[in-house]
Amino acid sequence: MEVTLSLILAQAVAGLTRGMLYYLLASGLTLIFGVLGVINFAHGTFYMVTVFLTITLAAATNYWVAAVLAPLILALIGGLCEIFLLRRIYKAHHLLQLLLTFALVYIGVDVVKLAWGTYPKSLPPVELLQGGMFMGGVRLPTSYLFMIAVSAATGIGMWLILYKTKWGTIIRACTIDSEVADALGINVRLLFTLVFMLGIWLAGIGGVVAAPVISATSGMDMEIIILCFAVVIVGGVGSLRGALLGALIIGLVESFGLLILPQFAIAFAFGVMAVVLIIRPTGLLGKPAA
Amino acid sequence: MLLGKYGKGTLGRSLIVLLFLLLPIGMPKFFIFLLTEIFILGLFGLAVNLLVGYSGMVTFGHGAFYGLGAYTVGLLMTKTGIPFAAAMFVAPLTAAAFGLIIGFFCVRLTQFYFAMLTLAFGMLVWAIIYKWESFTGGDNGLVGVVLPSILSSPQAIYYFTLGVFAVCLAIQWKIINSPFGYTMRAIRENPERVRFLGIPLTRYKLAIFVVSAGFAGISGGLYTAFTKGAFPDYASWAKSGEGLIMVLIGGMSSFIGPLIGSAVLLFLQQIVTTFFKYWSIVLGFLLLLVVLFLPEGVMGAGVRIRFLSRPKEGENSNPGPARKEKR
Repeated sequence: MEVTLSLILAQAVAGLTRGMLYYLLASGLTLIFGVLGVINFAHGTFYMVTVFLTITLAAATNYWVAAVLAPLILALIGGLCEIFLLRRIYKAHHLLQLLLTFALVYIGVDVVKLAWGTYPKSLPPVELLQGGMFMGGVRLPTSYLFMIAVSAATGIGMWLILYKTKWGTIIRACTIDSEVADALGINVRLLFTLVFMLGIWLAGIGGVVAAPVISATSGMDMEIIILCFAVVIVGGVGSLRGALLGALIIGLVESFGLLILPQFAIAFAFGVMAVVLIIRPTGLLGKPAA
Repeated sequence: MLLGKYGKGTLGRSLIVLLFLLLPIGMPKFFIFLLTEIFILGLFGLAVNLLVGYSGMVTFGHGAFYGLGAYTVGLLMTKTGIPFAAAMFVAPLTAAAFGLIIGFFCVRLTQFYFAMLTLAFGMLVWAIIYKWESFTGGDNGLVGVVLPSILSSPQAIYYFTLGVFAVCLAIQWKIINSPFGYTMRAIRENPERVRFLGIPLTRYKLAIFVVSAGFAGISGGLYTAFTKGAFPDYASWAKSGEGLIMVLIGGMSSFIGPLIGSAVLLFLQQIVTTFFKYWSIVLGFLLLLVVLFLPEGVMGAGVRIRFLSRPKEGENSNPGPARKEKR
């Protein structure tokens, strides 16, 4: 295969698109971790279920209705999981919280098989997302641009919420010390539920924008969760900017890795992660552990 | 046998050993297979428990080492003329070698990073096995492992497994009751203080990680011998989770607990899968129940089998991290 400038640019665009998807998931993951102190192993599961649900809902109505509904439904399910499961063990050892979300992964795998079967499913072409445009000899598929635009808008929206609203200030306060926030009269229980739902909703948005591009398979939950882990490890746990940086790095590395060794592109992402771990164990933008 | 010199309960243990030796006689084949599988999976659980229970390092990626052991035996048996015994010997070495590489990155991190990273590296191993079709057979796995004729009967494989299990059990018993084992427990309880004592924390953690990976490799190798093949699922996250579930069911306070966990898991699987093919969802709910209601395991909940767990003797009652580090 001849490596040309346009090929490199095309891979860069694809990498950027991947990166933005990872950002949507990793930001939710890191937000939940920051506030609740739980690493949600089931984050990829929620993403996977959203993709399947989007396909089903789109068949019943259309993609755009599905795109709005699916993340909301998943956020509600996430809220229920938080209220009925996670809430019971915040005081327990961290291991138990990890295991609880891990149990959801097991359950999610079979829920998808029960509800949607074992064969891959894909979304019928969405009219508005077909085609693409050319820029400097590089084809930019509309669906990619859509992914990048939605992710960027969501990212900016989140930043505005976190840094320009009262709720955002409260959330940030809780990432520093939720007990003090509780003592100051903030309804931390409610906040935990809302933040968990927000995190799941973000994963859901990821699922919605990814649905037109990928096919839904029952293994996609783990595929994406380990990449999200790579993202937060590279960027630094608990840092939104870190998540963005990590997501772009992992997305680009993976995308170019596909050119070199298509089967093992994931190994390149891990290579980068390994290097970061050696140089800066807390991630590029993470605070050194106290 | 080897546990005899540890005082009380010698008779009980001898009886149990005798029981396991006599158990397959006259039993139907499927029962012998089940027993064999319990010991193989139990050995995997014990390996995971070395890390999780005794060292407080919660790994979500140990399935990788199980898979590496399985594929080592599988590849050596199908692609080279190496005898089975040698292949079984190489399995833990391969797993331990990979444990050294993966552990190098994982052990220097805090709990959360450790959990994430072990899962991620575990899935990396799985992905490579799954995608490297020309070498590993990919999704189809490796089939056609031919065992030496001496191991052709189910009974023979059972006794072989039991023997390997017993040897591994003895080695692990030695390890956890050595100064090294006590140091690991100290690290689990209070890493800071151990560091102040001048003990090289990272090196100790890496050592136990490698050892544990090696034992996981042995159990994986046994499983390849048992199933006459190796498949990518052996290295999957679900296998890593099974290890954790066994440790949880058995209770982290118990040396032999994972074997109980393995028996519970496999009996349940036998029963459930006869009328419901979605085993993973059952496992998920089982894990949920244990986490929410029996965080100290079935053994910890008072269902104690006296010969197997010895809470009275102090040195062996290991309050798992779940009990000690509540903050």
